[in-house]
Amino acid sequence: MKTFYWLVKREFWEHRGGFLWAPVVIGGIFLLLNLMGVVAGEVFGAQHGIHSMFDNTHMLDHPLSADEAAKAGMLMDVVMYSSSFIISIVLGFVVFFYFLGALYDDRRDRSLLFWKSLPLSDFATVLSKVVAGTVLAPLIAVVCGVITGIAMLLLYVIVLSFHGIGAWHLLVYAHPFRVIANLAGIIPLYALWALPSTGWLLLCSAWARSKPFLWAAILPVAVGIMLGWFNLIGPHVVGNGWYWGDVCNRILLSVFPGSWLGIGSYQYIGSGHAHALDALNLGSAYGVMGTPDFWIGALAGIALLAGVIWLRRWRDDS
Amino acid sequence: MSTVITANGLSKRYKTSLALDNTSFRIESGRIVGLIGPNGAGKTTALKAILGLTDFQGELNVLGLDPRKQRGKLMEQVCFIADVAVLPRWIRVREAVDFVANIHPRLDRAKCEAFLARTRLQPNQRVRQMSKGMIVQLHLALVMAIDARLLVLDEPTLGLDILYRKQFYQSLLEDYFDEDKTIIVTTHQVEEVEHILTDLMFIRDGRIVLDADMDAVGERFIEVMVGADRAASARALKPLDERQVFGKSIFLFDGADRATLEALGEIRRPSVSDLFVATMKGTYA
Repeated sequence: MKTFYWLVKREFWEHRGGFLWAPVVIGGIFLLLNLMGVVAGEVFGAQHGIHSMFDNTHMLDHPLSADEAAKAGMLMDVVMYSSSFIISIVLGFVVFFYFLGALYDDRRDRSLLFWKSLPLSDFATVLSKVVAGTVLAPLIAVVCGVITGIAMLLLYVIVLSFHGIGAWHLLVYAHPFRVIANLAGIIPLYALWALPSTGWLLLCSAWARSKPFLWAAILPVAVGIMLGWFNLIGPHVVGNGWYWGDVCNRILLSVFPGSWLGIGSYQYIGSGHAHALDALNLGSAYGVMGTPDFWIGALAGIALLAGVIWLRRWRDDS
Repeated sequence: MSTVITANGLSKRYKTSLALDNTSFRIESGRIVGLIGPNGAGKTTALKAILGLTDFQGELNVLGLDPRKQRGKLMEQVCFIADVAVLPRWIRVREAVDFVANIHPRLDRAKCEAFLARTRLQPNQRVRQMSKGMIVQLHLALVMAIDARLLVLDEPTLGLDILYRKQFYQSLLEDYFDEDKTIIVTTHQVEEVEHILTDLMFIRDGRIVLDADMDAVGERFIEVMVGADRAASARALKPLDERQVFGKSIFLFDGADRATLEALGEIRRPSVSDLFVATMKGTYA
């Protein structure tokens, strides 16, 4: 267990830039852009004498009805989620390229020979990389996302208070703990959902003698094109749609958080604030686990990882 | 004295060549073995087989373990330095020591830090900011602090300046080597290791062509410097090799009678590099 802890820590040391600084910097830029927007709005408003934005300041003077409170709460939750949304896109790219390099870079610079001179099992090494990519990196991203989200809320409340609008009491209608629980609670689902991609990308990383990205991306696409061609000229073997959606898509893009959300997940968004964020609730998110596709994907990912461990055992620096 | 490595009928075939050709050898504990051979002779393949980094045919037993199947356990007892530049470039001195200290059951951290204190390495320094010589100092500090039974060195001083090279072998002899440890070293800089080796193995085309301890080498191989007048009679004794220096001929004999040679001219012990050149004649032809 101690060895495993240090193995994951090693991954963090090596990839501090992607795991920690990328979400921190993106969060910072997100805050800065919002601040710039607010300042621009203030300056523009002052120059043109537009104050209508804050004319109905008395709106907040009376006690809020339950409906208004729920609306305000939802709005603030959306603000908190928005930063995590941006960070999660970046996280997808970070994890994608982390896995592609994880078992390739040390073969290329031959530091593999140093790691292999230590009493470490290949199983533990590969597992530490899986955990670093699909548990540690998302965890750091969630922490950064939540901190950025809370900073955003404070930014807007402070701006409002400059206009004499006391919005501090509204903060109690937000659901920071629910937001944190929803974001952190999704990580196990993410780790399982990402398994096919994790396995495929690590397999290419462990196998390729050069250019793992090209192998990882071009091989599935080429297979898809061949399949389409066969379907065109001959008997229908397997569906193109099935291949692109359930194979190619899953082995390449499942490391992107939220890629489990299908069309169905968005049906509530337009149907009023009470259900607008349902897709992000753990209950509905984990609903995807009820489908056989989810578990077939996870098993395929684990099978790929077994291949990765075998390759890691026998590939050397040549 | 116990046996550290036993190899029986070791073979390894790559697509186009035979890297190990049905080779057998034994290495005892408490020895410093020089595995010397021309490029592509199979040195690195032999080391990789011993370290469990490559598959092969035949039988190989390292410290009572099969390197193919029990690699994790084996590496607690075996250390290796493959060339100098294999430490990950991103790692800091502090991180490297921390990591190895926590995952290696046989590393003595205090010892490692004492070795590092003798160098100019700073705890926060990254490998990418170091010279080759400094990288090898860090690697050596880690390896020497590990109480391993077998140390494998594959071209450990390649590309180092002479100060670092001397220091490397001196540290190994003074602070590391004892009768419970075994060192296998491959190198092309034969002159440097010649005086520290206890055993010599020449490898050529995947076969061990010479396997002897240094005392036996000194008795078996004799070099004699002969004037032009007696060169013909020396040639009649079938020398391994002949070369000309300042109008005299130097002949190298394998297992010839010492008294007979003394009558021909001045005899001396051949250097390992001369022996190597004579043995490997025609390798690249």
